[in-house]
Amino acid sequence: MHLLSLLVWLPLLGAVLVLAVGDQRPMLARILALLSMLVCLALCVPLYAGFDSGSAAMQMVEKMVWIEAFNIHYHLGVDGFSLPLVLLTCFFGVIVVVAGWVSIQQRVAQYMAAFLILQGLMVGVFAALDGMLFYIFFEAMLIPMFLIIGIWGGERRVYATVKFFLYTFLGSVFMLVGLIWLYLQSGSFDILTWHDFPLSLRAQQWLFMAFFIAFAVKVPMWPVHTWLPDAHVEAPTGGSVILAAIMLKIGGYGFLRFSLPITPDGSAALDWLIIAFSLIAIVYIGLVALVQQDMKKLIAYSSIAHMGFATLGFFVVVAIVRDAGVTDAANMGLTGGMVQMISHGFISGALFLCVGVLYDRMHSRQIADYGGVANSMPWFATFAVLFFMANSGLPGTSGFVGEFFVILSSFAASFWYAALAGLTLILGAAYSLYLVKRVIFGDVKNKAVAELQDLSAREFAILGVLAAAVLLLGVWPDPLITLMQPSVDQLLSHIIQSKVS
Amino acid sequence: MNTDLHIILLAIPLLPLFGAVLAGLFGRQIGRAGAHWITILAVAGSLLLSLYVFKLIVFDAMPAINTSIYTWAVTGGLKFEIGFLIDSLTVVMMTVVTFVSLMVHIYTIGYMHDDPGYQRFFSYIALFTFAMLMLVMSNNFLQLFFGWEAVGLVSYLLIGFWFKKESAIFANLKAFLVNRVGDFGFLLGIAAIVVSFGSLDYAEVFAVAPTAVDQTISVFPGVEWALLTFVCICLFIGAMGKSAQAPLHVWLPDSMEGPTPISALIHAATMVTAGIFMVARMSPLFELSEVALSFVLVIGAITALFMGLIGLVQNDIKRVIAYSTLSQLGYMTVALGASAYSAAIFHLMTHAFFKALLFLGAGSVIIALHHRQDMREMGGLRRVLPITFVTAWLGSLALMGVPLFSGFYSKDIIIEAVHLANRPGAGFAYWCVLLGVVVTAMYSLRLLFLTFHGEPRMEQSVREHAHEPGWVVTVPLILLAIPSVFIGYFSIEPMLFGGFFGDAIHVAAGNDVLAEIGSHFHGPLAMAVHALVTPVFWLVVLGSALAVAIWFWKPQLAVWCRQRFSPLVHVLDRKYWFDEIYQAMFARGSARLGNGLWRYGDIAVIDNLMVNGSATLVGWCAGLLRYLQSGYLYHYAFAMIVGLIMIIFTYIILA
Repeated sequence: MHLLSLLVWLPLLGAVLVLAVGDQRPMLARILALLSMLVCLALCVPLYAGFDSGSAAMQMVEKMVWIEAFNIHYHLGVDGFSLPLVLLTCFFGVIVVVAGWVSIQQRVAQYMAAFLILQGLMVGVFAALDGMLFYIFFEAMLIPMFLIIGIWGGERRVYATVKFFLYTFLGSVFMLVGLIWLYLQSGSFDILTWHDFPLSLRAQQWLFMAFFIAFAVKVPMWPVHTWLPDAHVEAPTGGSVILAAIMLKIGGYGFLRFSLPITPDGSAALDWLIIAFSLIAIVYIGLVALVQQDMKKLIAYSSIAHMGFATLGFFVVVAIVRDAGVTDAANMGLTGGMVQMISHGFISGALFLCVGVLYDRMHSRQIADYGGVANSMPWFATFAVLFFMANSGLPGTSGFVGEFFVILSSFAASFWYAALAGLTLILGAAYSLYLVKRVIFGDVKNKAVAELQDLSAREFAILGVLAAAVLLLGVWPDPLITLMQPSVDQLLSHIIQSKVS
Repeated sequence: MNTDLHIILLAIPLLPLFGAVLAGLFGRQIGRAGAHWITILAVAGSLLLSLYVFKLIVFDAMPAINTSIYTWAVTGGLKFEIGFLIDSLTVVMMTVVTFVSLMVHIYTIGYMHDDPGYQRFFSYIALFTFAMLMLVMSNNFLQLFFGWEAVGLVSYLLIGFWFKKESAIFANLKAFLVNRVGDFGFLLGIAAIVVSFGSLDYAEVFAVAPTAVDQTISVFPGVEWALLTFVCICLFIGAMGKSAQAPLHVWLPDSMEGPTPISALIHAATMVTAGIFMVARMSPLFELSEVALSFVLVIGAITALFMGLIGLVQNDIKRVIAYSTLSQLGYMTVALGASAYSAAIFHLMTHAFFKALLFLGAGSVIIALHHRQDMREMGGLRRVLPITFVTAWLGSLALMGVPLFSGFYSKDIIIEAVHLANRPGAGFAYWCVLLGVVVTAMYSLRLLFLTFHGEPRMEQSVREHAHEPGWVVTVPLILLAIPSVFIGYFSIEPMLFGGFFGDAIHVAAGNDVLAEIGSHFHGPLAMAVHALVTPVFWLVVLGSALAVAIWFWKPQLAVWCRQRFSPLVHVLDRKYWFDEIYQAMFARGSARLGNGLWRYGDIAVIDNLMVNGSATLVGWCAGLLRYLQSGYLYHYAFAMIVGLIMIIFTYIILA
């Protein structure tokens, strides 16, 4: 079974079919898109079941020669880091198709096809084990997202798309140089070969910076984050969901797959940079989120702050390992960062869907236009409060797990890292619940709010599934953590092993 | 441990959770009666099972149970588990929580009778009961933190229960955020514990902690603090948030925006005592740090006296009781700081009964007057509300510490313990708690006089319709009045001097002030008789005499006092300006900071200067270059000639 190949190419095949059906028959296009996404989700079952969580090795590996002259392979596989992200991607594929069922009425087939293509490429990014293959998926992924924002987006969509595209493109150029340099040195594009390839400290530092720029833009980290609020504000709901839930994770995943194992000494020399940017993201961006007037912008800023926990977790580990060796605290940092990524996928996706529910009815994202939504939409209010609570890291929801681990872990590196990161307890709650106060609670603000219809069965189902995921992951994160433990241990052994020859 | 007991322990928190989920998600289907029956039966079931476990632990002398339920996560060598630690401390808390919760559930049927959010309310209070039980039954810091935040969540939801009210949704946000400030400290404490001791399990941490007395932590370069002092103060900051100790007390008075039953349950009897419980639970850690205990002592003493003083000038009946709660929580904290943990828990228990009683009594008054809470519009209600009147008097006498009443025993022991304690701050704390006794007597009697005595001051129409609410309100009042009066008399000896808490509370050898008190203890009756010759009793008399004079005998004296002491009254009216300072510094300050960072950092520097700036720069350069490509042949020819001349000149000069 070529499960990973199927997950990459099936959605692309689905996209071709959907496009063949065309915009004239929107319902058929929707149904075909949903079927393709459901098949992918179904394929995740054997993928998960067949995965041996006791092993750190790459699994479901597929490898064949692609471009012999440059030793480029079509090489796919998953480990404890990429598997959860692949599953998350397939999960959200179904969600976005259902979420766009009614609200997208223009160019339905093209919309659905764009998401199908995007999904296949994103799975490809997570599963690619060849540097060039990774780069191609990484870049190709921009195109459907560019179209999604550019065609179905809001008023300033052109500005947002250009900014989004140029930012990410600029970042990845540096990575491309790094990849080619690595090939010239090692004679291979195999990522796993690079993991064990000795490099001088100087080379590692250059490579580290090249990867850093590419992934920092993607995460995004302060100060290269300003494309995200614009992209989110202009994107249609589905675009925002995928952007927040999956695409941002690619940056974090890149750090795990490239920076840490390929340039461990470079990471150890420059970890302070990422730690500092992550802490700035948590505190500075938290404060900025507090004063936003646009709901999507607020959630976008909140995403940056939350992704700061993932990068903080990954790189305090380097500081801990350097000072104290491989300890439980180091393990907790990597685990926490990973859990934070998965959890942020669910929560931010859910929050953007919540804004979408309101936007579909009121055509406004401005906080000031709302007030007292709980009066007319009690079920919606219940879900929204749950997701915003999860966003502020309430124990019992998934939002708590990652932040908890990362704060605990950063305490082992420095009291101040933990204290600054811990400020999220206050800031995260402040911007999340301040929004809840203004939008959800209060007396009915105006006639439009009074006439709001509560969730439809379709919306209820989407938010219900996400709520279940957020609660389950909060109450029992063990299955997810168990899945990634061997990979965490292996990465730790890479981090501690100096590659300077 | 046998599986039956395992199931019983699981059922105690899960029954209310089950009730909460049913009432919350299927409220419309099961209807109003369905919601209150399901949750009441669930909580009653919890109470009965808790009593059974109480019997096993206390009367059958069963050893403490420490068991894990499931593994939450494993990272590396660290195992995070959800589990229960059931010992004498836990069973006291479980019984108090479920008993008061049950009373409040029943009372709610009457209080929330006309409210459209009836089912939602029952769902929330049942959910609260679940969260609180998880908190007290925990055997590890993770679950403690889970319960800690979960009760905060329910408190948030309940303060903002009437979410149309602007003041209510302001108060609940404030409560949550102030609690989060405390939790920030709490989480750092937990982080220090994990990193230093490699475990979150109480038993394991307590076992390792004594070996760490000499360890230090360096927060500021060059300054070494004792690790355990750091840990304990961080944990206590969490307690300051939850148990509303100064300066994190500001949320509790505002929490009175919520319906009265939850003021009784959450903001008097149970949730706010979580901090007290936590410190008592952590006694093996706190006993290792004299500095932390002194800190606890002083914070408690400040809260006990200065919050009580504010209670003297409040006019809202619920706010008087709220400030009284703050002051009494201060007493409990003082007891903790004096190493008299059992006395703190003892006062927690008696206070839970009489303060829940007082709140529910106030609620009864509020229903009778159709949701009027201002005491200036009350008066003379003793004839209209006889049961409320009598029970409120009983509760107040207990609160004041009149001999033989439950509050007398618990409070007297605390004062005595502080007197005997000899750690730094004990002298200050002793004076605070002594003066606090006068203040307590004054505000308690003021409330009674203004509400129940004197001439009715409410509108005619309100007075005519005022009548005692039905049995669902009065029965809980009576059931709470009984322990408010008697529980101190019957439980002081076994609980404080009978080794009741055993290993659950640890007191270091030199700190055991309660043992010293115990050596002079000759039974509760003798203690009451002896009290007549102690200063505490005469301070109660003094406070009562002042209250009688000012608010009962000569009401014009109250007016005179307000004028005579107007600067002092003003300070109390403004509540020492805590709200204003916090509002300006933190609320507006962070908004201003956020706005500044956004406008200048994100928009001006990053976006306009760097991002759009570089785009503009590229455009500008391209614009310049465009001049070179005008498409006119003579331009190119001219450029070629200029270039040629320059090359020739360069060549000549260099040559």
